[in-house]
Amino acid sequence: MTARMHFLISRLPLAIAAAITLSAPALGADKELTIYTYESFTAEWGPGPQVKAAFEKTCGCTVNYVSAADGVALLSRLKLEGAATKADIVLGLDTNLISEAKQTGLFEAHGIEAKDVSVPGDFKDDVFLPYDYGHFAVVYDTQTMKNPPQSLKELVEGDPNQKIAIEDPRTSTPGLGLLLWVKSVYGDKAPEAWGKLKNRVLTVTPGWSEAYGLFTKGEVPMVLSYVTSPAYHIDQEKTERYQAASFSEGHYIQIEVAGMTKGSHDKTLSRDFLRFMISPAFQDIIPTTNWMMPAAKMSKPLPAAFDKLVVPSKTFLMSADEVAANRKAWVEEWLNAMSLH
Amino acid sequence: MLTRGETIRAIAGGVSSLAGIALFAAAGVAALLATGLSQAASPLLDPYILGVLRFTLLQAVLSSALSVAVAVPLARAMARQPRFPGRIWILRLMGVPLGLPVIIGALGLIAVWGQHGWVNRLLVALGLDQPVSIYGLTGILLAHVFFNFPLATRLLLASLERLPGEYWLIASNLGMKPRTLFRLVEWPAMRSQIPAIAGLILMLAATSFTLVLLLGGGPAATTLEVAIYQALRFDFDPPRAVALALIQIGMTALILIVLQFFGGAASEGATLGRPPERPDGQTSAARLLDAGLILPATAFLLFPLAAVVIGGLQADLLRLIADPMLHRAVLTSLLIALPAGLLAVLLAYSISSARFALLSRKGQPMVFERMANLTSALASLILLVPPTVLGTGWFLIAGPANMDRLAPFLIAGINGLMAFPFVLRVIDPALTSHRERTLRLCASLGITGLNRWRQVDWPGLKTPLLTAFTFAAALSLGDLGVVALFGSDQLVTLPWLLYSRMGSYRTDDAAGLALILGLLCLFLMVLGTASRTPTERASP
Repeated sequence: MTARMHFLISRLPLAIAAAITLSAPALGADKELTIYTYESFTAEWGPGPQVKAAFEKTCGCTVNYVSAADGVALLSRLKLEGAATKADIVLGLDTNLISEAKQTGLFEAHGIEAKDVSVPGDFKDDVFLPYDYGHFAVVYDTQTMKNPPQSLKELVEGDPNQKIAIEDPRTSTPGLGLLLWVKSVYGDKAPEAWGKLKNRVLTVTPGWSEAYGLFTKGEVPMVLSYVTSPAYHIDQEKTERYQAASFSEGHYIQIEVAGMTKGSHDKTLSRDFLRFMISPAFQDIIPTTNWMMPAAKMSKPLPAAFDKLVVPSKTFLMSADEVAANRKAWVEEWLNAMSLH
Repeated sequence: MLTRGETIRAIAGGVSSLAGIALFAAAGVAALLATGLSQAASPLLDPYILGVLRFTLLQAVLSSALSVAVAVPLARAMARQPRFPGRIWILRLMGVPLGLPVIIGALGLIAVWGQHGWVNRLLVALGLDQPVSIYGLTGILLAHVFFNFPLATRLLLASLERLPGEYWLIASNLGMKPRTLFRLVEWPAMRSQIPAIAGLILMLAATSFTLVLLLGGGPAATTLEVAIYQALRFDFDPPRAVALALIQIGMTALILIVLQFFGGAASEGATLGRPPERPDGQTSAARLLDAGLILPATAFLLFPLAAVVIGGLQADLLRLIADPMLHRAVLTSLLIALPAGLLAVLLAYSISSARFALLSRKGQPMVFERMANLTSALASLILLVPPTVLGTGWFLIAGPANMDRLAPFLIAGINGLMAFPFVLRVIDPALTSHRERTLRLCASLGITGLNRWRQVDWPGLKTPLLTAFTFAAALSLGDLGVVALFGSDQLVTLPWLLYSRMGSYRTDDAAGLALILGLLCLFLMVLGTASRTPTERASP
């Protein structure tokens, strides 16, 4: 505690300096909104540029992005910056990170009635609002896989010569997603399931990019990705080669959320942005830029590619608190099950 | 002989470089520790961490030993055959893996060695039905050898090329057999460099992260670097990350100290600068043997790189090249890589000069000599401080408000530090041998200071300095780790752009960018070998 205090005090001059530089433009005609997010959101083909343009049309402000590598890095950066953070809005955490994010004490309740928001799994939170979601899925290559698994059970017990690339729950959110999915379906029997699935796992990659890279290079016929992944290939590459397997038990969901900070220098503007985020103007942008499902009403129907996607029969979602309380133990369980020979 | 003033200046320069490195690392670590006490209830050295530690060291020692075992005969073969078509291009290609982001190299390796790679397809065509699987320790070693044997070969080759040309003349007059020549001349020259080279590769392999996870086949293959990353990013427990990093440094330092005893000092022979004409490699038996080593090694290096090229050519290259994003990224990358390379060279040059100044004084106690040798080896331990730890610590020191302005400097600084151990391996032996050969003469002719630098040192050291600089710049060019920490929209480097396209389904674009990055590295290597004299080039 003392060490932490010391750290905060030593950083105080910086915090003040930050406050001064930030408040200066706010006095002028042009307001500023600083959004912390992840890199693929702000990339030129991501939602970021369009979102910025659309919001700036109505807010009379300038939107600035600061991007981290991914959702986990985003939360780390916030923790490192503490109260000195420049962020007004933090966009890009997922439901598994919410509990830890709240513990930082940096966030403020949004106070917005989110009646237009509809995501599977009935997610509701007074601090974070969802802006999109996607179910995890095993995506397979139709050219090399004629009989894809129809259930998690079939995946676990299937032919060990047909391999899958998965992500590591110690370093990536999809990896954690699969861990929670297996846990939701198998409960206490999860270690046994992993013990069998292990034989089908070609390798465990540090992140989604590496696993998906192996998959598209043809090294593995299956990869852990999202139900929405095929939409990219259909829409952009005009190919239906890659498909998501529909699992009879249901699919685990990843919901991406945003919240406003206590330190935000213009809370009205921050709330305006959150309201904008769940309006059609924002939601229309999401499907073909972030390749996820919109979390609220759009002004037009979903693009055609999305009609061809698998619709999960059931949605699994554990509460953020349950995940936060058990993550370490479950990862350890996974490590043991995967490392035994 | 160095004058008294030169000795003092050299030592002062080296000491300040060392102090600078130590302070920079210590400040970063201290800032991280100041974030609070570890919240982890679990003890640091639980069975998980012990298992990880064991695996880390096992694969690192094996990777290092294998890379050197491949490099020794290969370097000798390359040295014995100074003239064959394409030799200079093999040397240049050997620098390319340094600058490739690991994920690109790994995908290249998988295209050749993977489940459905070229090797397995060939085996199936030959009638074998079970594909060879590299995932596991095999894959990790394969990848570490691929990334590191070229470096080891170039460093060992340099030690052979530095041998006085007179040696070969005398050996030929004495009618020495190749085996005797190897035992008396070549092996002692290479052996003096092996501890440093093996130590470098050991450190690289010990801190390997992406390759180990990607090719390891499962969490049984985990390095401490993964645990550090996990502690810092997922669990946000900086003190635990620092403690793990300290374990990593301590264990590897022990191995490095043991390696020092393997070395044995190189004796520098006097030379009149006779060009190294080697008559020994020209018998048909020698040619056949050398070709038998050079061809497979080149193929091993070339095929994965060829896979990267083939993948890149499938991308829409014209669109990529016309993209202003790419121009900005290349410019940003170069603006970071070139100063980083310069910093690495300056650090290595000053530390190496100081070491020489210390050792060349007469009547030095033996302990002192060992210490001087060890200091430069220990300075290289900076390579074991995970860039995430350094970067996060300095992020805290700089503060978010200043991050946008300071990030490029921090990235270049950390990249320079990380490249310094490589550069030291290139510069140190070259500088020592150059000084041994020229100082006495310079002193007797009264050539000192700037004059000596212009007339003697620069012409004599140009080649190793340029090589070192381009190595360091290539390393920085391919770096993603540090950039990923600070990366913002204003600071997009080429690997960052590549990774970002990979992360959003645009694998073709990423392959195209990998080709462009590879070509940039090759260009750097061409630059690095540009100053080699025609005999050194030995191209037809």
